[in-house]
Amino acid sequence: MNRKKLQKLTETLVKNCKHFNKFEVNRLIKLFYSLVGDVVERPGMVIGLDRNAFRNILHVRFGMTDDMIMDRVFRGFDKDNDGYVNVSEWINGLSLFLRGSLEEKMKYCFEVFDLNGDGFISKEEMFHMLKNSLLKQPSEEDSDEGIKDLVEITLKKMDQDHDGKLSFADYEQAVREETLLLEAFGPCLPDPKSQMEFEAQVFKDPNEFNDI
Amino acid sequence: MGVALTRSAQWTAAGYGTGKLEITPLNEAILKEIIVFVESFVYKHPQEAKFVFVEPLEWKTNLEPSAFEPGYVVSETIVKSEEVDKNGQPLLFLSVPQIKIRSFGQLSHFLNIAKDAKLKETQACIEANRDPVVKILGSDYGTVKEDSTVLTILDKITKDEDPDREIKVKIAVLLKQLDLHLLNHSLKHISLEINLNPVAFKKDIEMLKRFSGKGEQTVLESIEYTSDYEFSNGCRAPPWRQIHGEICYVMVKPHDAETLCITCSAEGVFLNGGKADDERDISYERQSEVYKDLVTFLKEKSAKFSENMSKQEISFSEGKKMEKYQLEEAPKREQAPTFHKSISGSGKNPLVKNQINFGKNQMTNRLKPSLNWRATVDFKHRKSLLKDSQEEKHGVKLEKSRPSVSTGRGQLLRKYADRIEEIVSESCSSESEECEESPDLRQEANADLPSEYWQIQKLVKYLKGGNQTATVIALCSIRDFNLAQETCQLAIRDVGGLEVLINLLDTDEVKCKIGSLKILKEISHNPQIRRNIVDLGGLPIMVNILDSPYKSLKCLAAETIANVAKFRRARRAVRQHGGITKLVALLDCAQNSTKPAQSSLYETRDVEVARCGALALWSCSKSNANKEAIRKAGGIPLLARLLKTSHENMLIPVVGTLQECASEENYRAAIKAERIIENLVKNLNSENEQLQQHCAMAIYQCAEDEETRDLVRLHGGLKPLANLLNNTDNKERLAAVTGAIWKCSISKENVTKFREYKAIETLVGLLTDQPEEVLVNVVGALGECCQDHENRVLVRKCGGIQPLVNLLVGINQALLVNVTKAVGACAVEPESMTIIDRLDGVRLLWSLLKNPHPDVKASAAWALCPCIENAKDAGEMVRSFVGGLELVVNLLKSDNKEVLASVCAAITNIAKDQENLAVITDHGVVPLLSKLANTNNDKLRRHLAEAISRCCMWGRNRVAFGEHKAVAPLVHYLRSTDTNVHRATAQALYHLSEDVDNCITIHENGAVKLLLDMIGSSDEDLQEAAAGCISNIRRLALAAEKARYT
Repeated sequence: MNRKKLQKLTETLVKNCKHFNKFEVNRLIKLFYSLVGDVVERPGMVIGLDRNAFRNILHVRFGMTDDMIMDRVFRGFDKDNDGYVNVSEWINGLSLFLRGSLEEKMKYCFEVFDLNGDGFISKEEMFHMLKNSLLKQPSEEDSDEGIKDLVEITLKKMDQDHDGKLSFADYEQAVREETLLLEAFGPCLPDPKSQMEFEAQVFKDPNEFNDI
Repeated sequence: MGVALTRSAQWTAAGYGTGKLEITPLNEAILKEIIVFVESFVYKHPQEAKFVFVEPLEWKTNLEPSAFEPGYVVSETIVKSEEVDKNGQPLLFLSVPQIKIRSFGQLSHFLNIAKDAKLKETQACIEANRDPVVKILGSDYGTVKEDSTVLTILDKITKDEDPDREIKVKIAVLLKQLDLHLLNHSLKHISLEINLNPVAFKKDIEMLKRFSGKGEQTVLESIEYTSDYEFSNGCRAPPWRQIHGEICYVMVKPHDAETLCITCSAEGVFLNGGKADDERDISYERQSEVYKDLVTFLKEKSAKFSENMSKQEISFSEGKKMEKYQLEEAPKREQAPTFHKSISGSGKNPLVKNQINFGKNQMTNRLKPSLNWRATVDFKHRKSLLKDSQEEKHGVKLEKSRPSVSTGRGQLLRKYADRIEEIVSESCSSESEECEESPDLRQEANADLPSEYWQIQKLVKYLKGGNQTATVIALCSIRDFNLAQETCQLAIRDVGGLEVLINLLDTDEVKCKIGSLKILKEISHNPQIRRNIVDLGGLPIMVNILDSPYKSLKCLAAETIANVAKFRRARRAVRQHGGITKLVALLDCAQNSTKPAQSSLYETRDVEVARCGALALWSCSKSNANKEAIRKAGGIPLLARLLKTSHENMLIPVVGTLQECASEENYRAAIKAERIIENLVKNLNSENEQLQQHCAMAIYQCAEDEETRDLVRLHGGLKPLANLLNNTDNKERLAAVTGAIWKCSISKENVTKFREYKAIETLVGLLTDQPEEVLVNVVGALGECCQDHENRVLVRKCGGIQPLVNLLVGINQALLVNVTKAVGACAVEPESMTIIDRLDGVRLLWSLLKNPHPDVKASAAWALCPCIENAKDAGEMVRSFVGGLELVVNLLKSDNKEVLASVCAAITNIAKDQENLAVITDHGVVPLLSKLANTNNDKLRRHLAEAISRCCMWGRNRVAFGEHKAVAPLVHYLRSTDTNVHRATAQALYHLSEDVDNCITIHENGAVKLLLDMIGSSDEDLQEAAAGCISNIRRLALAAEKARYT
């Protein structure tokens, strides 16, 4: 991509981006294209990271492991639902990932956890997300019992209106009381350590981001 | 002291002669008693103190020769006392490191010199001299034999032809008394330790009962008390057997042996003579060895028992499925520690090895979440067993009896725990090095556990077995419990939650760490939990977290440390793991706040970080070594900077730390240098009571220094202090404020200000109905203020004298010192004196001369001086105190310089009355004063010289002073640098020189030249006295010349 085009793209994206400055946007665009690889741009073809490529990035760069959660994160990034994360989705997504305010993050996390997108996190959804969270003990009669119990505990903690499911309002209130519950059903944000490493690498080392 | 030493003192490995005293509270108490005895020996028995021991007490000392005061010939490695025996041998001889001492007088001097090392020196002495009595009095007086009573000693002594046998008798009797005292004392200690035993036995028996019955898997067939009646002290033995320490008797039927009749006593468990069918009483004779507890005993007696017992122990470690039955089983908590102690203390236990194993077990078991006693038998099975046994009238009414028993026990334990905590915190505040471990006391988990317990147990299970997500959920849920409540705090610990929480701190999961610390921060308010956290090694991990890049983590860790570091061992651990430096570094955060906050999850304001750091430092600063560490880490400038902020939350821990540290000289200097006083004064005006209190407290500590006092005034601190006096509801703050006022009023200018602010009237108003801490300071302040004429009038007019005199009957030593000083200050005013006299204040002061504490004695004696000076008919008044004059004269035997100086001053005033002078002369004031003459303390010299010059006015006293060799040393006083000493001495010499022999002595000691110089002094009294003395000498010379020529 030529410099002029990059310049132009940076200009447009910076306007819509809350948390990054021009330099940072520039770096991220470069990183994006280096990740996408050399694809000749043709009309009609979407340039972007597909699900697998994106999941790989999440895993390597942000230490995420849970497949289901990573899928959900992909969906969170892929706003237009076309199966690819394009450059503007990339910038906007990372803006939230790295610099998002608590409000933004809550909104994003809730969307991630609301598997069927009906505006509520139901017991079933919780169960689905938590089912691997307890180590299976051989002596344990029924490990599902434990998960169900854990779901009940979570509900008791977060379901403010006692309707048996979490609305965004329930979730928001619980998180405001205890920020640790932001990622209540699984890590969907980068952990602070990898976040710092990522930023250090991308923003502070302009010459070497290619060989990541 | 022989018996006590051989019997009660706990020696390590028994080897005689090389033994060492163990460091146990009992030994320490014994040593302390011995120290008190030796220290007071000199004034209680001055005659005996001179007695020279048959053999010297000899040991290795750590004391440096340089520590020895005058009265000793000191060289690089050798110290000799100037005091010698008949043969001219010094009574104290130190050739580093070996020291030999041969009299009680020297011993007590030595202890005075040793100061802080007293305890160690005494220990070394006792260790090196296993039978001190023999060394002191000779081998005839050895008290090792059991039957040696005062009578046998007397017996021996009458046969003795020793010239100083009278003294020997006295000493022997005194030592005997000490011995008895020590024995009584140690008895008290021992009985404290074994107090819990009835409860321990009861617990054991209850436990065993529950696992007894028919069937293969039970441990015993049956176990029963012989008596159903339980005395209020928990014993079941008849009173006449309780005297022997016996607690109860049980009949035990093991599977594989005959019924055993067992005695449970304070000393241990043993088989007795059994119970014959037709008799009511059992035969109490001991038939077996003594075992340390029931279980050990039964393991030894019944193979089946020990087999089934061990099964149960193993099954516990596997027995997950038993969890549901936990409700049925109160965990058996080992009661043994105290019991162990008493056994090992008396050294009669044949099962040392066993005991050690047992101890280990106990250590490992202690931290396990639940029960170390869980039967393999399943619930139903046991129930049927129970039914069986009930049918068979074994009388085990389990359901009914247990809850009541265990709650009772729980209360008892809790009470005990409270007491221990109290003791510990008490001794901590006095900063003794020993206030260390208190036993790990656990609340009894009883049958009616609250529902929280089970919920918490479940959550802890998820903590253990969950991934990060589940862990965070569980952590957040635990926080929903009321963690301020003790049941929840202890539940977390008892289900093994503490280990998990601390382990989480060691992981990389920031969220888990935060969640865990949030819980630890809350539950560490509980003293028991604090100790558990330290025992589990939580502190080093938290100290490491202080380095974390996440500020909220740092904050939480610091806050938790602040809670945990409430006892000495924890504070030491923080220091040893480098925590102080890191905490001080947290204080620095407030400066570089330019970096923008990034992630809302883990960031927090820098001010908050600094606040938490200060909070932790505040806790840590209660240990002296930490104070030093904080200073070395550069904490003072940082604290000074934080002090300039205006957040109350920040200021309280900062000022708290400073106040704590201001007890150190270094800090006070630094506080002055860092201009901290200004800010302390500023914060006195704050609205926050706690902040005001700490500021006042810090000023109180620092205002010993004159410059600081001036600074407080210059920064306008006196007015807010005076204003705070009007609010008397908060006693702690009032104590701090009055303390600050007291110290500030040592400066005259400050007193003037206080008068302006009407503080003196308010202080007088505070003389009644206040706690002692406040009174001490109020009276101290009044004592300083009353140095001023106007204030004395003011105090009198406000009616302050009556309450002051009333306070003279107190017992608080610090208060008495201040009250006597204040009353003395008031007595300078004749009008006030009339009131004091009317209230019988002089008599009260006089009786304080009998107070055991030298400071009180001295202060009372000083106060008497103005009283005698200003009272009407002072002579008559003094004579009216029966035995009063003798008391004063005898105080001249004290070895405290301040007491001596004050008593000399009092004698000077008493001797103004001729009749009284005659009386004290009869009481032997002259030789006693003469004996003091060889001092080099200028204060004492001055008052001594004044007393001598007064006492010369009677009879042949001036001749007597010469005979007692007081004159020559007096001449040397003239070489002192103090003009007060010069004046008093010149006057004394003037009076002494009226006697011919004294004149010669004075002349011989070269006084004339010195006196000639003094005639040139600007002090008229001195001039006159010096001239008078010279004229007396000259007149004698002329007379001598005349005599020669005629």
